[in-house]
Amino acid sequence: MLGIGLPELPLFFALQGVALYAVLAGADFGAGIWQLLAGRGEQARRIREHAHHSMAPVWEANHVWLIFVLVVVWTGYPVAFASMASTLAVALTAAGLGIILRGVAYALRSASRGPAEARAIDTLTAVGSLLAPFALAAAAGAIASRRVPVGNAAGDLWSSWLNPTSLMAGVLALLSSAYLAAVYLAADARREGDAEMAEAFRSRALVTGSLAGVAAIAGAVVVRADARWIFDRLVDTPAVLSVGLSLLAGAATIALVVRRRLDAARVSAAVAVAAVVGGWALAQSPLLLPGLTVREAAAPDNVMALLVISILAGGLILFPSLALLFRLVLRGSFDAEQVLAPGAPVPGPTQGIAAALTATRIAGACFVVGATLLVLGDSAWPHAAGVAALAAFVVLGLSALAGEDSRE
Amino acid sequence: MSATFGPVQQAYLLEARQMQALSFAVHIPLVCFGIAFPAMVLRAEWLWMRTGDELYRVLAQRWTKVMVALFACGVVTGTILSFEMGLLWPGFMGTFGAVFGLGFALEGFSFFVEAIFIGIYVYGWNRMSPRAHFASGFPIVAAGMTGSLFVLAVNSWMNDPGGFTLRDGVVTDVRPLRALFGNGHLGYELVHMYLAGFIVTGFLVSAAYAVGRLRGHWGRYERIALTIPLTVAALAAPVQLLVGDWAAREVAKTQPTKLAALEGVGHTERGAALHLGGWYRDGHVEFGIPIPKGLSLLAFHDPDAEVQGLDAVAAADRPPVNVVRIAFQVMVSIGTFLAALSAWYLFARTRRRRVPSGRWFYRLLVLAGPASLVALISGWVTTEVGRQPWVVYQVMRTTEAVTAADGIPVGYATMAAFYACLVVAVAWILRRLAHAPMAAGAEPEPEHRPAGS
Repeated sequence: MLGIGLPELPLFFALQGVALYAVLAGADFGAGIWQLLAGRGEQARRIREHAHHSMAPVWEANHVWLIFVLVVVWTGYPVAFASMASTLAVALTAAGLGIILRGVAYALRSASRGPAEARAIDTLTAVGSLLAPFALAAAAGAIASRRVPVGNAAGDLWSSWLNPTSLMAGVLALLSSAYLAAVYLAADARREGDAEMAEAFRSRALVTGSLAGVAAIAGAVVVRADARWIFDRLVDTPAVLSVGLSLLAGAATIALVVRRRLDAARVSAAVAVAAVVGGWALAQSPLLLPGLTVREAAAPDNVMALLVISILAGGLILFPSLALLFRLVLRGSFDAEQVLAPGAPVPGPTQGIAAALTATRIAGACFVVGATLLVLGDSAWPHAAGVAALAAFVVLGLSALAGEDSRE
Repeated sequence: MSATFGPVQQAYLLEARQMQALSFAVHIPLVCFGIAFPAMVLRAEWLWMRTGDELYRVLAQRWTKVMVALFACGVVTGTILSFEMGLLWPGFMGTFGAVFGLGFALEGFSFFVEAIFIGIYVYGWNRMSPRAHFASGFPIVAAGMTGSLFVLAVNSWMNDPGGFTLRDGVVTDVRPLRALFGNGHLGYELVHMYLAGFIVTGFLVSAAYAVGRLRGHWGRYERIALTIPLTVAALAAPVQLLVGDWAAREVAKTQPTKLAALEGVGHTERGAALHLGGWYRDGHVEFGIPIPKGLSLLAFHDPDAEVQGLDAVAAADRPPVNVVRIAFQVMVSIGTFLAALSAWYLFARTRRRRVPSGRWFYRLLVLAGPASLVALISGWVTTEVGRQPWVVYQVMRTTEAVTAADGIPVGYATMAAFYACLVVAVAWILRRLAHAPMAAGAEPEPEHRPAGS
């Protein structure tokens, strides 16, 4: 049933990446949706600002989960990846365009002046935030409803992702993104002591949470009619446990938001969304694509072992870094600016003209040695030594020229 | 298991290649800034910490805004590139994903580290202790280095493929580490590109201040803002000439057809001449300036060495000679110009102990900024078009790699329109940030709403 061996392990990690992307980047996209729905006027401006400032430090890191999923799948399950990407070309292009809009909007924001420009830019963010999660979830719906066959663009470019199941998945993704964002933004506003924003997003969380629940039930009806195979497996063990967990966590979140326990709601909202991904994976297991099991799709064992080792080693760097970023954000370290003195000047090497001249000469000598080795050397070792000498030239050169010129 | 992917009918292979090339051309200048700019920002911040001089803090914070804007654009254009790997080249991905994919998996973690610490560095200005803030910039620089290593490991493998056996279109006996890190091209490609990052960033940033100087904006701030990037670029540019020479000799050894295209050598000959300029037609370079035996000497260090001509392989296995050759000549000419300009600057700095004072230096520096970008893109055209018609050199053709899907021209046109807007947006952002009043430079977030207001 849940046999996770080496051939399944990278997919297991990739699915965790999907869940994290849905939860974290989903909230970013949701914030963009709230910017679109903010309307006009002073309160709308504050909603848009709050949504922007809450997400700006973390959106790039959140976005990388998508890249993580792509690279793990294409390394571990190349045939499946190529089949998905080629059939879902239109959906993925749409998602890509949405992602461009979002990234460029963040860049534009850093140079914008005044509320009118910010509003125009936030509209770009919002279009991207609607397009990307919808298209990505529709692509997931295409895989779940068995519309992506194995082969080079073997499925239909349009109906694979524009069908009842995909549309339902897309709508659900938009609602759950908006819902996650509302919960997070309410909690962030409360941390910043902004009661008005906290209330504004709290009521938004209640509305979208309820809508997402309704959409999930409607979605079940649609999927039953459109993709009976996956529906039957979703309501059977083990997938049904995960689906049930999602419903429970969703209901719990609404209860927590009602009671204004926003930090606990943050966690349960994330569980509600992540459990959907888990349910889908369990329902589809062991098939990755129609007629192709995960095990059949897997790259050779030694590749999978290297991939798993890389993911674990990368995780050792990644998770402490992410923890640092989120701790700083969630503690509010980035909220208030304080002007800090640099402290006592660090005594650096005070460089006289004579020292600079020596450094210049040694740098020149390194250049000559490096050039000789690189040009006349005929194998890897002289070349490596030459590169090292030239690197020394650059470093020594930088130190020789470090002094600020006092005259012009 | 037999091959799932094989040659397909694709009327728009050229458009697919152009679309990939366009995406790459938009992304790669942003990569240069990702590699090199954080180090320059940190240099300015370090000078602030060392001297306590506010000027350096203002400079570092103004540059930080540029850095984060360009990084955001780089994130999304990089994402598009990774999408296009699958959208456009499923045959390549499906057949060889297991061989080279690990390189991108490792790159993914570099990207994570970069994105996380960019967030901390940018939003930590004036909100963390200066030492902690300064330290948070180092992982960005390190990730720029490791990211280049992993991506270039994949590209160098495409040019010098190994670490697998291909049987009936299915790879067996896959050794990813051998493929990625044991190929002969990684060394020079990595050094060449890493240096290019510093050269392009250094000349572009200093060119912006050179424009200001020619218009009369020149004070201590501008001089420092010009010298930090220019010093790095000026030290890197002469080294790049040597690395380029090394690269060309490696290409001569392992990709003789590519070398023949670079130099327009139609027929295998001994004591081949080097041609400057001109146009390749019917196996010869016309209107070029020949340097007798120059090519044999440069490529093999022997004036009578035999240079393999394009006629050694079937016509279908040759790259488009003039595209490759002109790109190569443009890269080499600009590289030489940049090295000469660098020598001028280094001479003034070391002998006269000041930055050059003549207007002509600054006029040429203004030219050097965009020229370095042209050289960068020409270099990639040289190596990537020079690899044609192969996606994996002498193993898989682009016709076997391309998607069977319809609608490539529509996707290409859409993407091109988006990229055009992106370029305009970047230009607007840079102009805006450059013209921001100095006082605003002391504020990291002019639009920031103080908490509780």
